[in-house]
Amino acid sequence: MSRLVNAEHLRASYHTPDGREVTAVDGVSVHIDEGEVLGIAGESGSGKSTLGAILSLTARPPLYVDSGSLEIDGQTQALDGSSKIPRTWRGSVVSLLPQGAMNSISPTMRVRDLVVDVMRAHNRSVTKDEALDRARDRLASLDLPTRVLDAYPHQLSGGMKQRTVTIISTLLNPRLLIADEPTSALDVTSQKALIDMLLQMLEQKIMSGVIFITHDLPVLRTVSNRIAVMYAGKIVEVGDAEELTTAPRHPYSAALLSSVLVPEPAYRKMRVYGIPGAPPNLAHPPSGCRFHPRCGLVMDECHTEEPPHVGDQLRFSKCFWALKNPGQSVPLKAVTASSLSETDTVVEDDDDTTSRPDDEPSEVPA
Amino acid sequence: MSEIFAAKELTKTFGHGKHVVEAVKQVSFSLQEREVVTIVGESGSGKSTLARMVLGLLPITSGQMTFQGQDVTHLKDRAAYWRDVQAVFQDPFSSFNQFFTVRRLLHRSLRLLHADVGRERLEESLQYVGLTGPDVLDRYPHQLSGGQRQRIMIARALMLRPKLLVADEATSMLDASLRVNILNVLTDLRDELGMTVLFITHDIGQACYVADRVLVMENGLMVEQGSTDDVIFNPQHEYTQRLLSDVPKLHQAS
Repeated sequence: MSRLVNAEHLRASYHTPDGREVTAVDGVSVHIDEGEVLGIAGESGSGKSTLGAILSLTARPPLYVDSGSLEIDGQTQALDGSSKIPRTWRGSVVSLLPQGAMNSISPTMRVRDLVVDVMRAHNRSVTKDEALDRARDRLASLDLPTRVLDAYPHQLSGGMKQRTVTIISTLLNPRLLIADEPTSALDVTSQKALIDMLLQMLEQKIMSGVIFITHDLPVLRTVSNRIAVMYAGKIVEVGDAEELTTAPRHPYSAALLSSVLVPEPAYRKMRVYGIPGAPPNLAHPPSGCRFHPRCGLVMDECHTEEPPHVGDQLRFSKCFWALKNPGQSVPLKAVTASSLSETDTVVEDDDDTTSRPDDEPSEVPA
Repeated sequence: MSEIFAAKELTKTFGHGKHVVEAVKQVSFSLQEREVVTIVGESGSGKSTLARMVLGLLPITSGQMTFQGQDVTHLKDRAAYWRDVQAVFQDPFSSFNQFFTVRRLLHRSLRLLHADVGRERLEESLQYVGLTGPDVLDRYPHQLSGGQRQRIMIARALMLRPKLLVADEATSMLDASLRVNILNVLTDLRDELGMTVLFITHDIGQACYVADRVLVMENGLMVEQGSTDDVIFNPQHEYTQRLLSDVPKLHQAS
């Protein structure tokens, strides 16, 4: 498999009105091979959507990219504003399927009007009929009814709307599609239909790679080849989807996994605990390992030192525990010990009364 | 255990003539005291319409509802009914008035109560959901996280000591870790206060975790109901089987 995308040392921050900088993505590098789906997991506020905005070249103030480069098909693009991003990249090289895209179709326009707008924005010489033919072919090849083109958004169900915007955002055959929480507002049946469609599109080579951002680990396990887990603006663990969900090597991944509810008999009897506390305020990230205040396996060095990079590029975890226990997976029990669950009742100790509002920037997508 | 709520052949139709839509068709069920009952179904199956009827927010086309033996199909005094039946809705971001502090918001619900019990109830119900008064009371909604907002909504409902709490997709907008916390709060409250909870969700994983009984709806019809173990691990109806097969698996199916 050849390398499709290489994004290195991405760092971006939100500038607050009072002149401070909140770094929402801090030194993240990701790569995607041809035909691969990379899943990005993490809680709300961990910087997932910000990463999506950077990679899709849609970072806008108050989000500023401080450093980083994006290489697609051998072409390199600096993202830090030193060189202008060619307009043609957006939509045809990388395409973003933003959060809540299904509710952003204009209610007064038919779907086909949007299709024509999208096509003509990139190539003025495309006629209306050519654009619609292309959309019709695309729908037919994915076994969807072509009548959605003549519908108004309110005539389509949520699942259908989401599939329609997905198709429109890939009309220009982008090399990379970044899908930000595409399944979160859908019920399980529509989720499955959307995932099946995405995989079918990959197979038909409509796009060559997908970055799938969600907090839903079971969905990621079904859709993606590899998963990267983000916490407080950094990637803490990367691994094969199957391996990461069965044998996580970072306590945060283990904690995320342990709070997932699936319909299995074991869940009838046991009590599941969420991760104690809340993600840190990125204006003042904790010292050392950023997860240490909430970690069940915390050690002395976690408080002060930056966690080491354990493993190779394809399977790594940034954790002292993983360094001391090479090759082992984090025991799920340890991160959700009942002693921790007691601290769970308090969301945050309110010493940081002033800081709460600052959490917001990391959640505002571009 | 005694029956607290019963619905008999509830039907709701919207529209007239040829545009008529039957959103809920002849649905019957009952809730026992101290029970957590979950309604599952995909979007558009009529779950929320049913919840709104139970809450007295939508007029009922036909059928009958009884609450504690009283007929509540056509309510005259809805405020009195809401002292016993309260709701938590899906979106913790839009169910707040942005210009009100939490204190003002909660005080408005206290109008249903006598003034003298109000103040203690307020503190007490915040404690149940793991928040403390001084922390949150003078905050505005934008200063709170999604999980905190949803907990305040639960606290608001709890102040009235409802006998029945209807939670309509109350956890759908939260991430997995917060979701578990809210579900734990709900089940603990059932144990401590003896509440009955009607929990509406499309996520079978959550239903499996909290529910004593599960009701399955498809296109306005109640297609299956029974104890959680029966419905989820031994589904009889073809629709329930399909719903279950669509759930993404975390562990390899064995």
